Amino acid sequence: MRLPVLPLAMLALAAAADAAAADAAHGQELYESRCGGCHSLDANRVGPAHRGVYGRKAGSAPNFNYSSAVKSSTVVCEEKTLDAWLTNPQSLIPGQRMNFRVALPQDRADIIAYLRQQSGK
Amino acid sequence: MTQMIDLRRRGLLRGSGITVLSASAVALLAGCERKAVAQSANGGAAANDVGILNTALALENEAISAYQLGAQSGLLQKPVLEVAVLFQTHHKEHRDALIATIRKLGGTPVAAKSDAEVAQALNASALKTQTDVLRLAQRLEKGAANAYIGVIPSFGDRNLAQVSARLAADEAMHWTVLTQALKDPLPAKALSFGA
Repeated sequence: MRLPVLPLAMLALAAAADAAAADAAHGQELYESRCGGCHSLDANRVGPAHRGVYGRKAGSAPNFNYSSAVKSSTVVCEEKTLDAWLTNPQSLIPGQRMNFRVALPQDRADIIAYLRQQSGK
Repeated sequence: MTQMIDLRRRGLLRGSGITVLSASAVALLAGCERKAVAQSANGGAAANDVGILNTALALENEAISAYQLGAQSGLLQKPVLEVAVLFQTHHKEHRDALIATIRKLGGTPVAAKSDAEVAQALNASALKTQTDVLRLAQRLEKGAANAYIGVIPSFGDRNLAQVSARLAADEAMHWTVLTQALKDPLPAKALSFGA
């Protein structure tokens, strides 16, 4: 009875890992269609430029006029914090100005993978 | 053409003596006016809503500049030029409605960047053909529609969330027309916006 249990559990884990595997190419599509209204990789627009965002402190893109909340935040943009940011920015940094939410965890993971790739991390 | 757009607008403002909201801006705001007073009692939610609206205003200001750059470029031919000018007037009405709402909620509307700043940020110098201009407009309109959809869950005031959906619908309409002008295929699947 115990033998089949382990392979099944491993299969379940493998399936979960596949579902969670981030796809930077899909992240690029999502970035362009969903973030591109306000953001570019290399120019400050409605929102700050994103190249290099992964790994840097929130509110530190050069020459962008951040909210005081983001500017004074100690958040560093990496996997967990970017996921929290895209889930609900106001929960992570109250007083921010983005407020744009990405509902699906896989979409968030893919966008983060793309931003990470474009940040050379 | 560009001067005509600006002069027409200035003429309207000069004629009235004051900055008057367009009929559509008034209609857009109609559901929100009674909420403004109630919201003042809930400062945090109202402040957050003002933040969202100001970000939307920055987006609309960028769109107005982008269409201005397109009209000024000399790359757009009739009837595309006329459609671009019409879409710019829609964005101006969005802007006016957003400014009025921000003020009603006690906020200060963000200032628009100059057309030159927007041109640099959007790399407008790379636009060489009418198709280039249409592609840029198509990309910005889709991004704008998705931005309005993506902020809907963050509004404290459900009436403002509805306004956001209406703004998104305008941007989606613009995207559809531009997509037809470019002879691009329409989305094969449903729910292509916000995804």
